[in-house]
Amino acid sequence: MSHAASAEPHGHPALQHHFENMEQQREAGTLGMWVFLVTEIMFFGGMFLAYTLYRSAYPSAFASASNHLDITMGAVNTGVLILSSFTMAMSVYFTQIGKSRPQILCLIATIILGLTFLGIKAVEYRQKYEDSLIPGRLIPTRPFNPAVAYEGEVNEHKLHLIGNATVHQVELFYWIYFAMTGMHALHMIIGAGLLTFLLYFSIKGRYGPEYHSPVEVIGLYWHFVDIVWIFLFPLLYLLGRHLEHV
Amino acid sequence: MKEFEAFDLPQPSKVNYINAQYGLKSWLLTKDHKRIALLYLGSITFFFFIGGLYAMMIRLELLTPQGDLLQSTTYNKVFTQHGIIMVFFFLIPSIPATLGNFLVPMMIGAKDLAFPRINLLSWYIYMAGGLITIYALLAGGVDTGWTFYTPFSTTFSNSYVVAAGLGIFINGFSSILTGLNFIVTIHTMRAPGMTWFRLPLFIWSHYATSLVMILGTPVIAITVLLLAFERVARVGIFDPALGGDPILFQHLFWFYSHPAVYIMVLPSMGVVSELIANFSRKNIFGYKFVAFSSLAIAVFGFLVWGHHLFVASQSVYAGMIFSFLSFAVAIPSAIKVFNWTATLYKSSISFDTPMLYALGFIGLFTVGGMTGLFLAAVAVDVHLSDTYFIVAHFHYIMVGGALMGYLGGLHYWWPKISGRMYPEGWGRFSALVIFVGFNLTFLPQFVAGYLGMPRRYHAYPPEFQVFNVLSSAGASILGFGMLIPAIYFVWSMRYGKVAESNPWHLPGLEWRTQSPPPTENFEATPIVTWEAYEFAPPEETQVVGKFAGELETA
Repeated sequence: MSHAASAEPHGHPALQHHFENMEQQREAGTLGMWVFLVTEIMFFGGMFLAYTLYRSAYPSAFASASNHLDITMGAVNTGVLILSSFTMAMSVYFTQIGKSRPQILCLIATIILGLTFLGIKAVEYRQKYEDSLIPGRLIPTRPFNPAVAYEGEVNEHKLHLIGNATVHQVELFYWIYFAMTGMHALHMIIGAGLLTFLLYFSIKGRYGPEYHSPVEVIGLYWHFVDIVWIFLFPLLYLLGRHLEHV
Repeated sequence: MKEFEAFDLPQPSKVNYINAQYGLKSWLLTKDHKRIALLYLGSITFFFFIGGLYAMMIRLELLTPQGDLLQSTTYNKVFTQHGIIMVFFFLIPSIPATLGNFLVPMMIGAKDLAFPRINLLSWYIYMAGGLITIYALLAGGVDTGWTFYTPFSTTFSNSYVVAAGLGIFINGFSSILTGLNFIVTIHTMRAPGMTWFRLPLFIWSHYATSLVMILGTPVIAITVLLLAFERVARVGIFDPALGGDPILFQHLFWFYSHPAVYIMVLPSMGVVSELIANFSRKNIFGYKFVAFSSLAIAVFGFLVWGHHLFVASQSVYAGMIFSFLSFAVAIPSAIKVFNWTATLYKSSISFDTPMLYALGFIGLFTVGGMTGLFLAAVAVDVHLSDTYFIVAHFHYIMVGGALMGYLGGLHYWWPKISGRMYPEGWGRFSALVIFVGFNLTFLPQFVAGYLGMPRRYHAYPPEFQVFNVLSSAGASILGFGMLIPAIYFVWSMRYGKVAESNPWHLPGLEWRTQSPPPTENFEATPIVTWEAYEFAPPEETQVVGKFAGELETA
């Protein structure tokens, strides 16, 4: 190996051989994550397009289906995720100023909040399963077959169709709901795994003011996953609720 | 005699990236971008061979108007699999994953790509996707066409759509990771003095390609995933019976798959820019125009997908806008062609094999591009949609463009990659055979298509036979022409003349290190003090250097 032309002295154990210095390595890592997040936006973009298209085609079906979602759980989950973004940002901050103990505590808090989100999401999924709202034959033993409420009936386990909405159109909404929130939950699970990895090496004392790019980069990912939810919550749970009494 | 400054060239050394380590493990676990490039080279050649076998079966079946060699169902699978293998497993990774992988770090003076482990991971992902796709082919094949149009693919096809789709889905991530690696490398790993406008044009075109890869590929990934769920679980997103819209699939599919054509041809344009400038020993005409036209193609390429939907219930106004934008994307392509030809003007051209491919590229790409304009015109396209005119058009771009650039680049950098020279006489001969064979294969298809021969049928009316016989004859010449380099490249690895570090006497950074390069690429990080494509005076063809004085103006 030859480092003859390197401008700066180096010797940090985390410096990989093909980088000249820690600054270059940090820049590459951060830019890499930003580029990756761009691909993620495009990935979710396909589903956002499908949402937009079918919502404009079947507004009353989307309102009917959206009304059936549990807005309280959705709202609580939104709060949980925003809080987790805060603890993540604090963890990055404490790494940069070299305070190891609060950094580790913030990481643990982020992981717990992430798991709380997933737990609440699981409860919501279970309710949809019980109401036979899982689209198509995704669960072969329980195909999409919700009970439809008659005019004026009040039953939160039955589907209240508004206007000219049909059950098939509601199914389309639920497929988009499960595709988007499911893909989001998958990203949360991967994120929780990455945070556990960070926690392990933080406890071993690997990160500090000189070397904090893994904490930053995984933090970026975590914020991205949160932001996706910030879009999903209003689109799936809130928009169209005003049509309820039409 | 004009003054010039000669460059120091490295002393040959016995240790290089190929013999630095031995054993299967040293290859399968390598993080060296050059070795990963060779892993890709081997695997894409394998897939090219499979895709070529399917092409041979198509051309044999179409020799006669009756469906005598293959039944219609088998034929459907054969052309589908030809398309899937060639597009996703050969053309898209071809130049970026092999030549790009090898050369991007070397051309900018870096030791490796920014993320060597991710680079290796991308090859494993590619192989996983490839093996799943091969499983789909062996288990019974796919018959939807490489376009997977719904609702046929979701509801009616009785073939292995999900397995093939999964293979393509997985393979997409290898493309994304390669693009990501290139973008980060080009941004953060340039050697001191290597400013953006000193970058070789190969780098600019790979940067543009990488943009298309990271912006387009995730969309095909989610589209294929939704398609698979639709097929398995009948969730309704593309199914009109359940309120879904099958045209949504076409929009999403072409949002990636049209730009994917630029993933294939942009790197090839980068190779051709290198070849034209270096083999005419003259600075490229209009460097910035050529560089920015790559970016313009990448950007415009995302706005033209609707020209695949002129006959698919798209609104007239959308059709008009997409038509206009499709005409517009021809402008940056034309800028390149004009600048290449202007570079040739009054230069000292040497007709080595790589240059023959580059000149062939210019001609064939021009034909492919111009016929693309016919198809961008809505009214003409209605007549030509789904005929052999389309088939001929995109083969002129994908084979006449992408493949010619790939072969040209492979010959040009072969001394650097392998440390051996290929046999020049055989090289020129095969380049000519490929050029003749290619034109004989695809020129008649323009005529047959214009006269109304539809694509994707195993039988056709007898009046089209003459074009198909010509085409099949050309295909056999083309196939023979392709075999020659396959043989002599392998031969040259052992028996070829040992290459100097700079056999073409060129100024690019990749030529300023030994052949084959050491694992770290350069003995010391280079410091760049020269512009791209600076040559010694034309009469000093053996000298590698740059003008020391003022450039003389003509």
